[in-house]
Amino acid sequence: MKFTLDWLKEHLETNATADEIGVALTAIGLEVEEIVDPAEKLRPFVVAQIVEASDHPNSDHLHICKVDAGTGSLIDVVCGAPNARTGLKSVFAFPDTYIPGKDFTLKAGVVIRGAPSNGMLCSAAELELSNDHDGIIELPADAPIGASYVDYARLGGSVIDISITPNRGDATGVYGVARDLAAYGVGTLKPTDMSKVPSQGPSPIAALPHQFAEGEPKAIRKFAGRVFRGIKNGPSPEWLQQRLKAVGLRPINTVVDITNLVSLGWGRPLHAYDADKIVGQPVLRNAKPGESFDALDNKIYALDASMTVIADDLGPLCLGGVMGGIRSGCTDDTTNVLMECASWDPDLIAQTGRKTGIVSDARYRLERSVDPALTEPGLELATRLVLELCGGEALEPVISGEDVFPNTVVEFPLGEVRRLTGLDPAPDEIVAILTRLGFVVEGTGEVRQVKVPSWRPDVTMKADLAEEVMRMVGVDNVPKEPLVRLAHVAPRMLTVLQNRRRISRRTLAARGLDEAVTWSFISAPEAERFGGGKPELKLANPIASELTDMRPSLLPGLLAAAERNANRGFSDLKIFEVGQVFLSIAPDGQHTYASGLRFGTARHWQQGAGKVSVFDAKADIAALLDAMGHDIDKLQLVAEPASWSHPGRGGRIQLGPKLIIGWFGEVHPSLAAQYNLTGPVAAFELDLDAIPEPRKKTTRTKPLLKLADLMPVSRDFAFLVDRAVPAANLLKAAKNADKGLISDVSVFDVFEGKGVPEGKKSLGLAVTLQPTDKTLTDEEIEKISASVIAAVTKATGGVLRA
Amino acid sequence: MSLDAQIAQLRSEIAAATDSAQDEAAIEAVRVAALGKKGSVSALLSTLGVLPADERKAAGAAINGLKTEVTALIEAKAATLAEAALTARLEAERVDVTLPIAAVPTAEGRIHPISQVIDEITAIFSDMGFSIAEGPDIETDWYNFTALNFPEGHPAREMHDTFFMAPSPDGVKRVLRTHTSPVQVRTMLKTNEKPGAPYLTPAMDPPIRVVMPGRTYRHDSDQTHTPMFHQVEGLVIDKSSHIGQLRWVLEEFLKAFFEVDNVTLRFRPSFFPFTEPSMEVDVQCDRSGGEVKIGEGNDWLEILGCGMVHPNVLRNCGLDPDVYQGFAWGMGIDRIAMLKYGMNDLRAFFDADKRWLDHYGFRPLDLPTLFGGLSS
Repeated sequence: MKFTLDWLKEHLETNATADEIGVALTAIGLEVEEIVDPAEKLRPFVVAQIVEASDHPNSDHLHICKVDAGTGSLIDVVCGAPNARTGLKSVFAFPDTYIPGKDFTLKAGVVIRGAPSNGMLCSAAELELSNDHDGIIELPADAPIGASYVDYARLGGSVIDISITPNRGDATGVYGVARDLAAYGVGTLKPTDMSKVPSQGPSPIAALPHQFAEGEPKAIRKFAGRVFRGIKNGPSPEWLQQRLKAVGLRPINTVVDITNLVSLGWGRPLHAYDADKIVGQPVLRNAKPGESFDALDNKIYALDASMTVIADDLGPLCLGGVMGGIRSGCTDDTTNVLMECASWDPDLIAQTGRKTGIVSDARYRLERSVDPALTEPGLELATRLVLELCGGEALEPVISGEDVFPNTVVEFPLGEVRRLTGLDPAPDEIVAILTRLGFVVEGTGEVRQVKVPSWRPDVTMKADLAEEVMRMVGVDNVPKEPLVRLAHVAPRMLTVLQNRRRISRRTLAARGLDEAVTWSFISAPEAERFGGGKPELKLANPIASELTDMRPSLLPGLLAAAERNANRGFSDLKIFEVGQVFLSIAPDGQHTYASGLRFGTARHWQQGAGKVSVFDAKADIAALLDAMGHDIDKLQLVAEPASWSHPGRGGRIQLGPKLIIGWFGEVHPSLAAQYNLTGPVAAFELDLDAIPEPRKKTTRTKPLLKLADLMPVSRDFAFLVDRAVPAANLLKAAKNADKGLISDVSVFDVFEGKGVPEGKKSLGLAVTLQPTDKTLTDEEIEKISASVIAAVTKATGGVLRA
Repeated sequence: MSLDAQIAQLRSEIAAATDSAQDEAAIEAVRVAALGKKGSVSALLSTLGVLPADERKAAGAAINGLKTEVTALIEAKAATLAEAALTARLEAERVDVTLPIAAVPTAEGRIHPISQVIDEITAIFSDMGFSIAEGPDIETDWYNFTALNFPEGHPAREMHDTFFMAPSPDGVKRVLRTHTSPVQVRTMLKTNEKPGAPYLTPAMDPPIRVVMPGRTYRHDSDQTHTPMFHQVEGLVIDKSSHIGQLRWVLEEFLKAFFEVDNVTLRFRPSFFPFTEPSMEVDVQCDRSGGEVKIGEGNDWLEILGCGMVHPNVLRNCGLDPDVYQGFAWGMGIDRIAMLKYGMNDLRAFFDADKRWLDHYGFRPLDLPTLFGGLSS
């Protein structure tokens, strides 16, 4: 909300500067957005008199003027204005002055058609005061020569812009701001005369009937109206226009300007109807569904039955508490006026405002709630202004309905201030602060009864009162106190899962992958492709058509990121995300996945131009599992690919038959093609939630380390097996051939091609034997070798290569 | 031929062979020919046995002298040749060390600034004895609004501010959480005890000290807003904590986070449905050089909101507001990350542009700790 310093001082007796007031406003919760003085740029302009004007000898429209600008000598100025004449007082700019309306700086020593010109006489347009550029500004004869024009015309003045929180309806008028400042100690509040003005005749309309059925929403509480007869409307006086213009409002005519003055000045919105345009007796009712309304903003609104209107025989005149209608608007020719000052239900006004999207000064105030004690006094205030500025007769007010006064009384233990804020003001100080704010404090002792003033419906409980006291003492005056440590060493701060996420991120980054953060929502086709797309996991109001579904997987986001990077010319990408996926709407349906992908190859002399493959993904997921204390070789690895995977190049990792914890593989080429990615994309997903938490152990002791004294022995075997036989089967069979002595089996070679029959592959296994109590003899080694061969043949049909 | 003549001849023959040996194999052959079991020197030595006893001593001394002499000769040559061979091998193994290595620094992955800043926040608050609490992104209307004292009809409950989930079979109204505050409710209510939801911190009875980072969502997308962003909130509940401690906690946190010796904060009374009293906090900073410097200057920058937990919220969470009290605060993770590290476009956080990630990301072992410094 904007207001000028002058306007504030009309309600507040103070010598404080704009900056001091700004600091105070922010401290009491009326945050200052900015303080500007729009007249600051007009400071250099002075009042001057044309002592002598004569025609320019070389021009048919220019004048040569001798100007007295109070400098003690006359200044030669060439001026083209038709009204430049001897004796005229106007506004003068010295050389080097910036002319805002022209956006240039005056030069010194200018010669115009042979005549010197040292300055400029200015029009209102050149000063950006109006659009009037027909001639230079004409000032009254008593304007003091040499005086600052800003001071003379009282243009100066800081405009203060504050933002009002939704609870502070009391501060939506300059008067309310002044009241808060006065309570804080910045000056004294000047009261406004709102006493009754005698009526000069009976009202031509009856009190507006409230036509609402039982149970219908009813936004109107009390309607106070008054008809004025025989007024003279037209442009409002200069001071009023300037006041409104200073805060960004356009002056319309006197009656409308009065409603704006009262709305901004006292936070009490009014509405003025041209009484001659009202057909029949106006009533208060809800709009009929679909009823249309031509509002003052020149837009047509379709209303619904939750919106209260003031209507006459022809339909809505005004959307109650939100905006007036064009049909009954006041114009310069209006002579008879119905002035409305009504009290409304804030929630329903807010609702109507949101439904229609109308942003108006009335709605802004009424939805924050307006002091119910101001309904009739507000009308009296408006009456005074109308009679003063427009003349005419004020007829008998018409009043219907009742204001709602909460009349809240809070049982307030004074110690609440100390309990909640840490401040410890004396009881007298607390009482004094509350009293200054308009609260009535009764009773003695610790618990007082505090009556809340009508303009503060937001105060309902003791915490609110503690806040009021703190607000007035200043939050920055609350002494800081260390938060004392609890009486034990800090407990573990991260859960197992939180730690897993942290470890996953650092592990994957260390393996060369960049961490991405992508949207939690993806497109419906992507969600369906990755196993999601449940109706309840869709957004009712997505922000974009491609961001409609909660993601069932992190891979769509990463694939899209790969596509974006490729489009920028970076087709070598290794990225991961550790984030939430949504398997159901339940809290436990939200899992954390660690997923990543590798795409493209940076060609390098050391590595050759190898393409990424399923084994890169397997290595990434193995590294993740290792970081979390799991050995991938000890988990169940099933050669069944994920739905997104190449059918022959993907697998999943399980802990037992049902508990799937991860997938790895190459992305299906047709899926990759949807993201315009050609060439293999290696990807993995690990469900960090699915990995069981380690059992709580009573001790952190690790199993005793047993180191063999004897040298291990290694023997190599090459088996021919069917191509489809998984290597894991051979490894398992070999390992189980002698569990006591065989400590490790590894694959040292995989070969298909020359020398290996079609449909077969050759697998080289290195078997390590670890003797425990004595060195193995050649015979013993031969015996174990034979059993390895037999076990592998039995399990896989593989035969030892000759 | 006399023995002396034989010795002299052998000596000259072996010396010549040694001299002409060109590699290690040749010198070894010379050694075997002379000193091996069947070598010439060995053969001469074996003749000693047939000599008369009186000649044997002098002959033995002469032949052994020869043996010692040629052994030294051959060994010296062998050593010379071995050294030459090694030199040759090393020369052959010479590589071009200017070739770039595979693991150039940028090939190392980077941690996203959001994760890094969450780790920084975690490091600071763990020192103050706080735990991390989390909750689901899909929240019921009750946890996101009702429990937090948002009245029906509050603007935040409207479609243009909040993401609503499509209707679900159970008929419960759900939203994408608009703030991390529902985690406060879950922590106080201990609904995080629910099995199968291990992302939630273990249940807590007061005293509660938690910080709650996480993803949040608002129906907003423009230059400075993204529909998804990150918040961190803090909650302290006990029987005595008040705004005095709140001010201390926030000031200490901001000093530690921005790694400056002093921060000046300005607390302004404000309004939130879930706190009373409520405040917004500005931090004094310098914006003159195009970048924001915290801890100096004459500008104010709004950085967080905070207050005493509203009695209605405590009540909704099963705590008696006349017994328990405490404070909460919340701020944007993305925002403080931008302030600290100088990113200027929020939207870039979620674009996964490799160039951005490599530039603004953090090395995997830049693990923020208080003992090692938050940022290197």
